[in-house]
Amino acid sequence: MKELLLLSGLGVLALVSGLLNLRKIMMPLVLTGLLANIGFCIYDWNSNELVYNMLMMDNFALAFSIIFSATAFLWFISAKDYFADDNNFSDHYALVLFTLTGGLLLVSFTNMVMLFLGIEILSIPLFVLVGSHKTKLRSNEAAFKYFLLGSFASAFMLFGITLIYGITGSFNTQAIAVFLSQAGTVHALVFAGMLCILMSLAFKVSAAPFHFWAPDVYQGAPTHITAYMSTVVKTVAFAAFFRVFQTSFGAMQEDYMLALAIMSAVTLLVSNITAAVQENVKRMLAYSSISHAGFMLITVLTIRTHSAGILLYYAMVYSISSICAFAVLKQVKIHSGGREMISTFKGLLVRNKLMAFSMSLALLSMSGIPPLAGFMAKYMVFVAAINNDYLWLAVVGVIASLIAVFYYFKIIIVMFGNTPDDIDNSTIILPAHIRIVLVICCIGMLLLAVMPDILLTIL
Amino acid sequence: MQTLSGIPLNYYIYLSTALFCIGVLGVMVRRNAIIMFMCIELMLNAVNLLMVAFSRYLGDSSGQVFVFFIMAVAAAEVAVGLAILIMIYRNAKTSDTEVLNELKL
Repeated sequence: MKELLLLSGLGVLALVSGLLNLRKIMMPLVLTGLLANIGFCIYDWNSNELVYNMLMMDNFALAFSIIFSATAFLWFISAKDYFADDNNFSDHYALVLFTLTGGLLLVSFTNMVMLFLGIEILSIPLFVLVGSHKTKLRSNEAAFKYFLLGSFASAFMLFGITLIYGITGSFNTQAIAVFLSQAGTVHALVFAGMLCILMSLAFKVSAAPFHFWAPDVYQGAPTHITAYMSTVVKTVAFAAFFRVFQTSFGAMQEDYMLALAIMSAVTLLVSNITAAVQENVKRMLAYSSISHAGFMLITVLTIRTHSAGILLYYAMVYSISSICAFAVLKQVKIHSGGREMISTFKGLLVRNKLMAFSMSLALLSMSGIPPLAGFMAKYMVFVAAINNDYLWLAVVGVIASLIAVFYYFKIIIVMFGNTPDDIDNSTIILPAHIRIVLVICCIGMLLLAVMPDILLTIL
Repeated sequence: MQTLSGIPLNYYIYLSTALFCIGVLGVMVRRNAIIMFMCIELMLNAVNLLMVAFSRYLGDSSGQVFVFFIMAVAAAEVAVGLAILIMIYRNAKTSDTEVLNELKL
């Protein structure tokens, strides 16, 4: 309850911050608020607080709240200029904070109404944020595509919830689970409903074959918002995905397993093969984000063996690496006249050492090279898959990782091997806040690699 | 056969499924943004109809409360959608989605 009041209260405050002349102190206020949110979550640990029978702050919800608050904390620092050079700073703060509120509902719901409201509170501000470069047609196009497919997916989710309500007579996730585990033969409408919910959640986490919106939206959106979508939004969407299938549909695992397994295999192959031919780094990172969705889907598949900790660890590792990569991309873009091709990274080592090192650390971590955190995350996912008799899926995962190594290394080779172009060979001087973010991200990636147990075993 | 005000419950399911499918087809086939929005509204209203029917049939009012939530959220969603459309219209001078083809491989 405290967490919800804190985040939504902060959002409302941000909405009027323009009137109250809070422009200067808004950023420290938001960062303190996020730290306070983490503090509340740690304080509430093991309390299993039930909020009006709608939300339950169990350890799963609290752990995911902690990691999405931590990611949002890093993101806010790295996106300082997104909130600075604009007359609409109060709207931007408010919209981002409202998406965090929606995220909190998504990680803690015990009622299908809250699942729907969480998805909508998360998505509607995001439609606006994606289109926040108002005069650029690309940003407009991304916002339009995201809006259209987002509300399309929400309608499917609603249809699914309604069908399940019609058969089970309840919106409560526990009541649905009890009904489904006691019913001998399950009505066909339940399968239809489950399929609809699965489809809409796959849309939200951008899993194939419902991933077509993601590259376009990620490319067209402002870079900071792309970073936000591929980290915080992806984390909470997966938490919701996991929660639905863990609580409500736990009794029906045999029925959806195969669909999920095929879905994640297709996601892994399609995204990695397409990413390998991209020349635009932002679009490549979008495909890489889809491919990580494929890995995280495997953890949903292995719910039986309590894979929540693996999902938590994977999401955190991926978020940190992604924040780092996008922060570097944004700085490179600023210093090369808005270009974001692979060739723009030529000779980054000469232009700025910290950027080149942290970018390569992030890319190596994402591609799963030992001893970095990404290797540990992927290893845990593969072990979980093999323990659940999905050896073939683990093999697909390994093949996908090999393809991924190829395109991540394309950037690293360009950064280290080439001398800078004639056009942009100036050294880049990083602002202090970006330097802080990059250093924190690098330390985080190494720390998580050395001590994976801090996240893997707490759930 | 279970009935609701003299009409079998199955008929409500058939009708709202049909409306929902018309909405889905509309979003996929039509290329005018306004009509695509209308089709999404049609999908949501098909859900509302089914929800109210189930709620009445189960004698459980929580379904009807959910319908109010859906209506409120749908209104918010359309407000944002139309704002995005106006933004596009200002930059491209049309509401046809064919102009939105800048983002490609």
